[in-house]
Amino acid sequence: MRIAVLLNMVPDLVEELEIDSTGKALDTQWMRYVISESDDHALEQALLLKDRHGASVSVLALDYGDADQVLFAALARGADEAVKLTGIPESGLGKRAAAATFKEALGEVGADLILTGVQAIDDLDGHVAGMLGGLAGMPYVGVTRSVEPSGDGKVLVQKEYPGGVAAEIEVTLPAVIGVLSAPQPPRYVPVARIRDVKKTRTLDEREAAAVTVPAQPTIIRMFMPEPAEHAQMLEGSPEELAEQIVKILDDRGLTS
Amino acid sequence: MTPAGRDVWVHVEHLNGKVAGHTYELLGKGREIADALSGRLTAVLIGGGIQPLAETLAADGVLCVDDAGLADATPGSHAAVVKALAEKEGPHALLLGATSMGMDLACLLAAALERPLMVNCVNLQVGDGRLVATCQMCGGKLLCEAEADGPAVVTVVPGSFPAEAGVAKGAPPIEAVPLPADLGAVRTRAVRMIEPEPGDVDITKSSVLVAVGRGIQRQDNIPLAEELAGILGGTVCASRPVVDQGWLPLPRQVGKSGMIVKPKLYLALGISGAPEHTEGMKDSDLIIAVNSDAKAPIFDVADYGVVIDMYDLIPALTQALQARRA
Ligand SMILES: Cc1cc2nc3c(=O)[nH]c(=O)nc-3n(C[C@H](O)[C@H](O)[C@H](O)COP(=O)(O)OP(=O)(O)OC[C@H]3O[C@@H](n4cnc5c(N)ncnc54)[C@H](O)[C@@H]3O)c2cc1C
Ligand SMILES: Nc1ncnc2c1ncn2[C@@H]1O[C@H](COP(=O)(O)O)[C@@H](O)[C@H]1O
Repeated sequence: MRIAVLLNMVPDLVEELEIDSTGKALDTQWMRYVISESDDHALEQALLLKDRHGASVSVLALDYGDADQVLFAALARGADEAVKLTGIPESGLGKRAAAATFKEALGEVGADLILTGVQAIDDLDGHVAGMLGGLAGMPYVGVTRSVEPSGDGKVLVQKEYPGGVAAEIEVTLPAVIGVLSAPQPPRYVPVARIRDVKKTRTLDEREAAAVTVPAQPTIIRMFMPEPAEHAQMLEGSPEELAEQIVKILDDRGLTS
Repeated sequence: MTPAGRDVWVHVEHLNGKVAGHTYELLGKGREIADALSGRLTAVLIGGGIQPLAETLAADGVLCVDDAGLADATPGSHAAVVKALAEKEGPHALLLGATSMGMDLACLLAAALERPLMVNCVNLQVGDGRLVATCQMCGGKLLCEAEADGPAVVTVVPGSFPAEAGVAKGAPPIEAVPLPADLGAVRTRAVRMIEPEPGDVDITKSSVLVAVGRGIQRQDNIPLAEELAGILGGTVCASRPVVDQGWLPLPRQVGKSGMIVKPKLYLALGISGAPEHTEGMKDSDLIIAVNSDAKAPIFDVADYGVVIDMYDLIPALTQALQARRA
């Protein structure tokens, strides 16, 4: 099986977010990017399939944010090939354009199974996984927690629904799967190993195809939420805070 | 692009023979949008043996495709049906839940119908005949207002609008439509449903929940939360990353893909309050949130908040509760 994994970089929420002077976008100047969490799981899912059933794993990323770091880390974790799609604006692309760009690149790379995260925290005009499925005319299932081969060009996936219920769905390849979680946490590789990989391996750089996106929403403004209600904040030393919490619970009969 | 009228369509989601609660929220909001567009509000109900569900839907009409072949639907089969229905005259606005089913379907349909898509919307209006959506981004830390110049597809976060207005007072007119698409061409097939594993505790029945998030940092720290829960006569539950790490089993997960809980007390430790999490706990009677980040969105749904490293608070709180009990 030939697996392609699409890796997207998103703002690191550990850092402060700032809106730029246009009021319509995040200020990317000081922004730290990290791999989108569910893409990290998609890569783990691909590597598990490789370990257990044999597969080649190609990873693809658009060249913005910290694409090199993310791609080298993926090679260090066990991916066979890393493709960087160049000529991307510094702030990245909308999700529909990203999906269309990946679609063109996948035509060259070739894959039976395309895995990527089901959702990224900066999604607005779609989710890359589902848009790619739709644009490529391939079967698509998202919000999965497990992908297993089931013989004759098919995979069995578990798709999560609310309330802890999941559906087992058989999907005919070639297909796109939007991963929520891999069956086990993403594997860790030491930073030294990534450093080694940077010295010994190279990224396959390819010019991204120009794509046109027919229908795009227009951003009016971005802003921080100013909720009507906010928690009453407690203050003091840990002991004083503990006392205040006990009092609140006492008043509601929750300590007895 | 397929031709579009002025109507609003709401995709009706159902699981195990029941309409999902957010569908009524979409119908309530859909009514406002349809009125503003001078169009009709249509509920699109697809499945096998589901026609009786139509009676509860407040809409000008229900487009109902009830076919045994759709009994175990996949996003692919629903997409094929809605696409075929929309091909004649699609709606100006197609509203779906930002749910496991709705997200998949929205992407497939936006691509197939060449319509713009706006995801994770928490507010929706019409301005100058355009759909204006306010969408949640960055785990609830950011909002983006966007508009579509023409017909569009929108996914709406469950819990964003009141449900009452979407529940039918009288039975709506139902238009039964024969299966409009060839399901044989759909390359996804539902095999079976997997129910949550029993055996562990049922967190939906616990009146006190101590919830741990990624801020708990290590599996070794879970016993600290368990001790606290023990004193309070409650149970430990978790956000998704904690379950993904394998530190607690899936039945303990609260949120979109976990359980919906409404305990008397929800004590959130190191949980940021992403929309997918708060969807599962925001209706708790009392929410106390402990987080080291003063800007964490969890404080927008909590009644009381404490900005502190949880490891500075937990020992003092455990001790104070023990003293209270003694
Ligand atoms: C389709 C889909 C379904 C999902 N379903 C669910 C679901 O059912 N349930 C769910 O929970 N998530 C779900 N998610 C994931 C969700 O989007 C968030 O990623 C997740 O809720 C974040 O969990 P968290 O708050 O524990 O982690 P984070 O967002 O990483 O937050 C950790 C928090 O801990 C705080 N912290 C760190 N250290 C400390 C300390 N020492 N003391 C105090 N505070 C500290 C940080 O300030 C931060 O706010 C879903 C996502 C998708 C895409
Ligand atoms: N050991 C690792 N395993 C997998 N991914 C990593 C690892 N180290 C760093 N990364 C990824 O590389 C990116 C940059 O990381 P950093 O160098 O820590 O800023 C992040 O998006 C990480 O997810």
